[in-house]
Amino acid sequence: MKPRFNDVATVRSGLKKVNYLADDGIAGVVFLADRLGKPVLIEGPAGTGKTQLAKSVAELTGARLIRLQCYEGLDESKALYEWNYKKQLLRIQADKNSDSWSEVHDDIFSSEFLLARPLLEAITSEEPVVLLIDEVDRVELETEALLLEILSEYQVSIPELGTITAKQIPLVFLTSNNTRELSEALKRRCLYLHVDYPDLEREKEIVLNKVPDISENLADQIARIVRSIRQLDLKKAPSVSETLDWARTLMLLGIETIDAQEAKETLHILLKYQTDIAKAAKELSVTK
Amino acid sequence: MPVLDLMSGFIVELRNAGLPVSLTENLDAMEAVKVIPIEDRDAFKYALGATLVKNNAHWRVFETIFEVYFSLRGPEYAITQDGQPDDFWREMQEQMDQVKGQGEGKGSGGGMDSLTPEEINAMLMRALMSGDQAMMRALAKQSVQRFAGMEPGRPVGGTYYLYRTLRNLDLDNMLQKLMDANRDSSQQDLTSLEERLEKDEFESRIEQFKQEVESEIRRRLVADRGAEAMAKTLRKPLPEDVEFMHASRDEMQSLKKALYPLTRKLAARLARKRRHGRKGPLDFRNTVRHSLSYGGVPADPKFRYPRPAKPELMVVADISGSVAAFARFTLMFVYAIQNQFSKVRSFVFIDGIDEVTKFFKSTEDIGEAINRVNTEADVVWVDGHSDYGHAFEVFWERYGKDINSKTTVLLLGDARNNYHAAQSWVVKEIAKRARHVYWLNPEPKSYWNTGDSIVGEYGAHTDGVFECRNLRQLEGFVENLT
Repeated sequence: MKPRFNDVATVRSGLKKVNYLADDGIAGVVFLADRLGKPVLIEGPAGTGKTQLAKSVAELTGARLIRLQCYEGLDESKALYEWNYKKQLLRIQADKNSDSWSEVHDDIFSSEFLLARPLLEAITSEEPVVLLIDEVDRVELETEALLLEILSEYQVSIPELGTITAKQIPLVFLTSNNTRELSEALKRRCLYLHVDYPDLEREKEIVLNKVPDISENLADQIARIVRSIRQLDLKKAPSVSETLDWARTLMLLGIETIDAQEAKETLHILLKYQTDIAKAAKELSVTK
Repeated sequence: MPVLDLMSGFIVELRNAGLPVSLTENLDAMEAVKVIPIEDRDAFKYALGATLVKNNAHWRVFETIFEVYFSLRGPEYAITQDGQPDDFWREMQEQMDQVKGQGEGKGSGGGMDSLTPEEINAMLMRALMSGDQAMMRALAKQSVQRFAGMEPGRPVGGTYYLYRTLRNLDLDNMLQKLMDANRDSSQQDLTSLEERLEKDEFESRIEQFKQEVESEIRRRLVADRGAEAMAKTLRKPLPEDVEFMHASRDEMQSLKKALYPLTRKLAARLARKRRHGRKGPLDFRNTVRHSLSYGGVPADPKFRYPRPAKPELMVVADISGSVAAFARFTLMFVYAIQNQFSKVRSFVFIDGIDEVTKFFKSTEDIGEAINRVNTEADVVWVDGHSDYGHAFEVFWERYGKDINSKTTVLLLGDARNNYHAAQSWVVKEIAKRARHVYWLNPEPKSYWNTGDSIVGEYGAHTDGVFECRNLRQLEGFVENLT
């Protein structure tokens, strides 16, 4: 199969074109995922653009994004495939008199009666696909095993039909908020990417990129204040999306340079716990 | 191919450091190396990281080893001692002249060797002030060469040299000096917010400089002794293997970070277990709804999830001097679970015992809570030496009646009783009433029941005594518990 990207630099510039600012690590891992044909497991704090990465890569490669949102209690009938019972019933009732049993029996377990769920859909798709398995840490440990076959072999085994192999190898991204340790088996099959809060320069660039008409000066100030706040010992540090919300708020309020008072008054956009807000407000106004 | 040779040594070292690198991951890394050129240092590092390190907490250990094996071989790290005046050194020469004052330039081309320590300090300050990366790197090199006093073949670790270098640079006062200089140079007064931001910026630059110094020292050590030997001396335990009793301040910080996800995991596990452990009564409505897929035949009966009562937790922790470091950690642990469970009661003791639940409940700030526990809790009865016997007796008298069949009791301590009466009947009574009693001991197993340790005597009545010296063991305990 033809590789999608030539080198790391093309990934990076390509992602930038679709408004995703990747750092070296992110671009490098996406490049590797394509070359080695391996899924990427993305971990990191909430709101650092894990899901967005998959979306952006899909946009960049012009592929269709298929998303499987994981939750507790997800099972194979929702993730892989399901037999269309109603249709099977109709089929049996429609030919009650004509067909022999064996004919019907073979017939109702054909692909016509198969409902493809996201994983199967990603594999059988003719056009290029990016598969996003979101918040994989929410499923139970046992359900994880469902993913193993598709992640390592890019195939799905259906007892009644046999094994369905991928027509093209999709780019697969799994995201996790790390509420539990994922199994060794799953980790071993993936490339691992930890997405952390961006550094000062990158955050500033993100703000400049995503918030229209923002001045360089304000973006710089925002990035620096957010960095200071992240250094505090908080229950929940501000995420990138919250930084962007804050930047937009400041723009709406027509603020050009932030002073301590304005920062304090808009802190609730950045922080969602009362104690965090109080702490940050105290820290920002104290002179040392 | 030299890269492959390097790789095998590198992976052996990763395994020696405790990272679980499997064979498949090793092969993946080899594949990755084929498509990413080693010359692109950053991409190369991330490629290896993505294939070999599957846990973010291991990243720092990986980084150090990577640096020893690969980073230090790049051209930019060549030792430019012989005074070849490439562009960079020329630029530095100019900077130097500025520092020395005009007209006094010394065309000797001897690099920085002729600078006095004061001048180096002044240049460092300028570099930090302007955030000049290249200059900072060069200064790091120079100061290591000058101040560390490294001797070939001398078997000391990098920290010794680091200390010697930094002592000469006086970085502690640098921040203050930078702030003062910054205040002088700006036209109008800075607001407190701006000042705070400047301070953070300078702090991060100083931190960056320190790292430069550290990696410079490492580079020289590697050049002197070879990568394998160096990797061994630089080896640091993974966060989960750091012993509570001997954790440094930095390590304590990273332990604290690791603790929060651990308790979240614990809570998630417990909740899941409670809901999925057993099946409840038939859920008629749900069954009928699902029967529609079978043409009205209730082929797939659905059951209600049981909602058993939440477990209650009582934590009784020794906070005496002998387990001070562990105690600090236990308090953080108690604090962390307090936020995850609805009903946690915590008690601390030395030779007296006191309930400290309220200290944790009333505040969100862990530091403050621990402080209050240490200052306000009434835990000293006679002399402030551990007396488990008396503490347990009082505990039984005052709080024993609150223990019921839903309660899990965690006892934390080294059971070093200073030869007081053991009163182990209390533990026995507690075990009779409570659902479970566990004992966590921060001492290595080989020390148990030696000297005045009587953990065996208490432990006989509990559901288990567990060695709990590091996060890995704590995590193991938590998983068994649920």
